[in-house]
This record gives sequence, structure tokens and C-alpha cells, in this order.
Amino acid sequence: MIKFILKRFFELIPVLLISITVVFFLIRLAPGGPFTSEKSFTPEAMARLNEHYGLDKPIMVQYGDYLLNLLKGDLGPSFQYPSRTVNDIIRESFPVSLELGALAMLFALIVGLLAGIVASLKPNTVQDHLPMGLAMTGICMPSFVLGPLLILIFALWFKWFNASGWELPIDRVLPVITLGASYAAYIARLTRGSMLETLPADFIRTARAKGLSETVVIYKHTLKNAILPVISYLGPATAGIITGSFVVESIFNIPGMGRMFVLAAFNRDYTLIMGLVVFFALLVVVFNALVDILLGLLNPKLRMHA
Amino acid sequence: MNRLIVLSIPALLLFGCADRETPVEIGNREQILHLGNLSEPKDLDPHVITGLSAYNVIAALLEGLIAEDPNDVLLRPVPGVAERWEVSADQTVYTFHLRSDAKWSNGDPVTANDFVFSYQRMLSPKMGSPYAYMLHPLKNGKAYNQGTIHDFNKVGVKALDPLTLQLTLEAPVPSFLSQLNHWSWFPVHPSTILKYGRMDEIGTEWTRAGNYVGNGPFILKSWKQNQSIVVEKNPLYWDAENVALNEIHFYPIGDHIIEERSFRAGQLHVTGTVPVDRTAYYQEHKPELLRLDPYLRSYYYLFNVNKPPFDDVRVRKALAMAIDREALTQYVTHSGEEAAYSFTPPHIGSYSPPVRFSTDIDAARKLLAEAGYPNGEGFPESALLFHISDLHTRIAEVIQQMWKDNLGIEVQLENVEWKVYQSRRAHRQYDIARAEWVADYVDPSSFLEVWISNGGNNHAGWSSEKYDALLQKAALTADTASREDLFMQAEAILMDEMPIIPLMFLPSKSLVQPSVKGWNPSILDHHPYKYIHLENN
Repeated sequence: MIKFILKRFFELIPVLLISITVVFFLIRLAPGGPFTSEKSFTPEAMARLNEHYGLDKPIMVQYGDYLLNLLKGDLGPSFQYPSRTVNDIIRESFPVSLELGALAMLFALIVGLLAGIVASLKPNTVQDHLPMGLAMTGICMPSFVLGPLLILIFALWFKWFNASGWELPIDRVLPVITLGASYAAYIARLTRGSMLETLPADFIRTARAKGLSETVVIYKHTLKNAILPVISYLGPATAGIITGSFVVESIFNIPGMGRMFVLAAFNRDYTLIMGLVVFFALLVVVFNALVDILLGLLNPKLRMHA
Repeated sequence: MNRLIVLSIPALLLFGCADRETPVEIGNREQILHLGNLSEPKDLDPHVITGLSAYNVIAALLEGLIAEDPNDVLLRPVPGVAERWEVSADQTVYTFHLRSDAKWSNGDPVTANDFVFSYQRMLSPKMGSPYAYMLHPLKNGKAYNQGTIHDFNKVGVKALDPLTLQLTLEAPVPSFLSQLNHWSWFPVHPSTILKYGRMDEIGTEWTRAGNYVGNGPFILKSWKQNQSIVVEKNPLYWDAENVALNEIHFYPIGDHIIEERSFRAGQLHVTGTVPVDRTAYYQEHKPELLRLDPYLRSYYYLFNVNKPPFDDVRVRKALAMAIDREALTQYVTHSGEEAAYSFTPPHIGSYSPPVRFSTDIDAARKLLAEAGYPNGEGFPESALLFHISDLHTRIAEVIQQMWKDNLGIEVQLENVEWKVYQSRRAHRQYDIARAEWVADYVDPSSFLEVWISNGGNNHAGWSSEKYDALLQKAALTADTASREDLFMQAEAILMDEMPIIPLMFLPSKSLVQPSVKGWNPSILDHHPYKYIHLENN
């Protein structure tokens, strides 16, 4: 097992190195730089800024410096926000994205599982068609449509929520629904399908024959088996929800890492872009490795092949 | 049971949120002002910042020698930290007497030496401060900033005693007092700066909440990046008893549509702007919320004057005269824009910019024919460069059509991303480019100095010795009338040579809740917060 984990760890290094190198040089090819602005800086001011941020050095030296600092865990200063380092910015914005993602995942699980179970109990009736129809809509509707729609109805018409921001606990509701909806829909369909496969099984008939109540049969015996495909979907879904929240963060003006990423790209904030790429890459690689390790633990066959 | 759960969710929501008080309603009661602030400030250091969104915050945290009259559209100077001042007969020596009760938010008195320290920091070459040129009128200010002299005692800033500051200028500058309201002249607290780094070090942590020491009516309470900046009333401010607001919350909402939505949801008292598409709606249905105030902002097109056919002044004039600006402002933008026939807007005091051309399609065709393109025949393929924005796209499309209908020339539209646009404009990789200019202070020179030969913002590549000479002469002229006459002569040259096509003057646009009192129009879009209060209705 330790060998397996170590192997995954060493595979991580080339992946990170390649993404850092590609992004480091690509962002410098984009027209405009961090200090191109509406009102021009004087040549003296420009020279000072370039010197301050080391942009006056040859590009290979900059690249080497970056890698060396990265080894020390230092992602450098932000060009756009001089009083903050990239480490500061990630420290502040990642918890926001994490909270949004975790709540959305929770919402997706609760709503998805409930809807899936409800639908599977009376297949091909209204009780099935209504949640599944909604689920289909949820899968099809992109968040940039759902978000503004929810804002229009619940923030502007009913005035129940704020239309943007991340100030109060109540501000979490609309973005979490927007982000979680399509995942909830997918989980609902997965659950329904796998419930329908499990319900006719012999051990369920046995459970019923033993005289167990319907609630116990469904929630203890059926769901326990039917939930397996949902669990294996959670790995990629979690990575997707954390890295893919930038649309929702933009719609609701949430100070998360996704929105930071978009702003950094527009501002040509080289170090911030790099820092976020490194962090996202690390996140995805670690998540994938974790899933592999978990699967390895559950299934000894996989471990042998690895 | 399942049905019970499904039904209970909306019911819970209904009960939970039905009678919710919006942030604006709470704010009205507790004197908390919620402001849309367009973008996240780079920093809150007056010697580092470059934009209005940062100014909006530091205007609450810091106070300069003089302040702005909130009831005057031109923001004429009123006493700030200096309670009175004297100007020498030749208008080159200003002596400011600081009020003895002015304090920093940590209790230290505000002294003349603090200003000396601040101006030394602003001008020190190592700071690389983008707005250091604002202090160049000071005697030897430019030389010190460019590193040709190293002794700051030679610069025209002197503390005569702890409460007397003397500023000596290279030459008389009639608009000097109103220039002092620019953030670059704001003081910083010396020992706080030195606590977190060297004097000339940028990006230290002194601007964080908890560290920040200011002398303005408010102090920094919290700064959550990309979320909000909160300032609260400063009890040590010398005029604290006249400050009505308890807090101001600034929200960096870059998307105009999201900002307008937040305003409608009752989250903002004042927005930073109004989306192009929504202006007409407010004009028609809720005019009491919409504010379109005069602003020193000129919107124009820029020629690459070194590139044929735009090196020919006849072509440039023909293109300028073939645009119907009234149609543009009435039917395309229709939110308080004014058709522009000069680069400088007409609202700067007594200065009236000369009008040297008009919309005249026949004359435009004639000029184009003289330049060798009768009815637009043989006109080289050209493109109009602008960056992604509803407003720019609409204006560009209409002008493209006007040029086609009126002159028979085809101009392609090139809509690019913001930084690409800036970079291409700066490197003159364009034929015609959209641009705009917002004044830093209330004076024609804030506009006309853009077009000085090789000026950093002169992206047209145009130069005229006569123009430069006139502006240089104006800079040495103390008499307002003769100075304005020189500016008029210079602007006449600019308009006769037409490296730019003036199109319109844009107003400052915002939505303001009726509960906000004292939010007066001002030509720089400044709104001194200490005079604002909220009415609980």
C-alpha cells in the first residue's frame, strides 16, 4: 500500500512541472502585461515596477527563480494587489470556494438521493415523472441561466435573498442551489436507476418477508446497495464542483478562487495565475490519487495491477 | 413522509425570509452606507493606487491639506487639515497653517513633518509611484523624482514649524489648490509606514485592517478581498461631530448587471454605474433613482497618424465631419451624453473650448475626394479597434455605418479583450482606436497635456511644436484669462490637425436610493462622505 501511495506521489511531480512550465511561458505570450493600463506609467515608474517584481531579468532566470521559490512554498507577490502575496490570496479565497463546493455537494446529495428514491418507489407515475423531469431540466440548464433566474425570482421579486455577495449565511442559499442543481439532478437519475435495479432483488423480498417495515427496507437494505454508483460518482463530482465554481462565483460576486482566477487572467497577474494553476493542479491530482487509493483499499485487485 | 419533506422546504423558506429587512433598510436606520465600487482596489496606499475605486475608499480614510466643497459642482477647495493658507504675490509659495486638533487615528497629531515625509515618499524614485508627476509642480520635485538630485531638502516642501507647511512651486499653477485634492497629495502616517517596511517600499502590510492609521473621517474596519471593504466612523477626527455616517461598506462588483441587480435587491445605496441597457428603463419608469451628472470624461476616436491614409489631415477631418454626433447621443447612447466638438469638456469653470468643425457631409466628401478617394474609391482597408463592451460596440457599429453611407468607405470592427486593446494602442498597432480620457483635477491642462509630443498617453503619435510651446507658456502663466486663451489656441491646433475625433462627453451615471442625502453632483464624481447622511423613511 505504501509503495502504491509513494508511486502516486512521484507521478505528481512531472504533471505539476509540465503544467507550471506551459503556463509560465504561455501567459507571457498574451498581449499586454500586468502594468499595461488605461493611463500610461512613466518610463521611470515602469522600470521601477519591473525591477521590483523581477520582470527585468531574462525570462529563464525568472523561470528558475519561480521554481526555486515554489520549492520553498512561496508563490510570490501578486502584481495586481501589491500588498498581498499569492499565498495570502489563496488562503483567503480557497475556504470560500471550499465552503460553496461542500454545501453544493451536500445539497446535491440530499436532494438527489431523496428525489431518486421517491421516483423509484412508484416508477412511471407522476411521482416518478415529476422529479425526473425536473432532474432532466436541472442537467440541461446551465448555471448561468439558472443563477440569474433564481436571483430574479427569489431576490428581486420575493426579496427573500440578496442578489449577490457572501456576507451573511443566507447569502449561501442561491449560489449553492445554482451550483448543486445539475449534480443533484445527475445523482437523482443515478439513484433512481440503481434503486430500480436493487428493489426486485431476492434479499429485498426476504427483508419484506421477514416483516420489516417499508422504511427500513428502503433506507437500510435497498439504499445501502443502490448508493454504490453514487459514491463512485462523488470523486469526479467533488473535483468538478471545486474547480468549476467560477461561473457561479462570478454570477453571485463571490470572493472565491474561481472568480480570482478569471480576474487574474484579465489582469495578467502572472504570479497569481501561476499560483492558482499550481494549486488547482495539485488539488485535482491529489483528489484523483485519493480516489485511486480508496478504490485500491476497497478492491485488492486494483492494487495488484498498480 | 417524503411528501412532508418536499412540502416543508418551501414553507420553511417562506417563514424564514418573508419579512426580511434589506441591507439598505438596516443601513438607513443605522447610518450604514452601502456603495457599489466597480472593482477591487489594488491597494489603499495613496502613493501606489491608480484608480477611482481605490480613491473612493481612501477618500474616507485620509484627508489632505484642503478638502472639497460638497455643494459646488467644481469642488472648490475648502479647509481640510489646513485651516487657512496664504499664497505669495507671485503665486509660487503656499503657506499652510494646519489645525491643531487634526489627529491620526492612533491619536498622534497631524504635523507638517508628516506631509514632508509623505511627499518625499511619493517622489522617491524607488517608489515608482505612477502619479508622482502630480507633485512635479513642486520646486525640484521632478528632478528628485527622476533621481537627478538626491537631497530632499532642495525640494520645495518645508515644515516651518509643526503646524506650518510651506510648498514652493517651480512656477505659478493657478489650479494648484484643486490639484491638492488629488490622492497623490494625501498624507500617510510616517511611523506606521516605517513599522512595516522602508519608507519607499511598496506592498507592505501597513494598508491592512488593524494596521492602517489614517487621518480621515473614517477608519478601516475590515478588508475582505473581492468581497467588501468596511470603514467606520473615526472618533478622533477633528470634525467627528459633524460626520453622520457610522459605517461605509464598499463592494467591488465589476459586472454592471450584477451591480444593478444588487441595487434592486436593496443591497446598495449607490451604484458605481448603470448598465447601458437599463438607463432607458430608469429614465422612463424610475427617474428619481437615476443620476446622470456632468463629469470630466471625453470619449473619442484616435488615429494612428503615422499610417496612411490617416497621415493625411484631410482624411482625418473627413471622417470626423461625417459623423452625426447628435444622432449618436439621442438614439444610440441616450443617457445624458453630450455631443463633443472639442476634446476638453465645456464644464471647466470659465474655459470654453474652441469649436473648429461641424457635421458637414458634403464638405467631408469633398475633403476625401481631395485626398484621392472620391466616394471612398480606393480607400485602403482599415479597422477600428475597441475593447469588449456593449457601449463601445454599439457606438462603433453606428459610426461604421455612417462612414459607409456618408463617405462610401468600409471600416472593419476589431473587438478585442481589454489588455490586448491597451497593449495594441500603446504600441500603435491600429488604424483607428476608441479611447477616452477622465480628468485628474479640474483644469483644462488635465486634458490638453495628453497631446504633448511623446507624452505617455499620446497614443496617436501626433506631435506639434507649436502646441507644445503654447502649453509650456500656459504652464508659466499665472493670469487665468491669458492662460485660458493659450489653452484655447492650443486646442484649436489640436482640432485643426485632428489626430483624434471628439465624439461625446459622458456623464457620471449612478443609481441612488432616495434615502441618501447629500450625494451631490460633482465634476470629478467625488462625494465627500462626511456630509452624507441617510434618512430613515
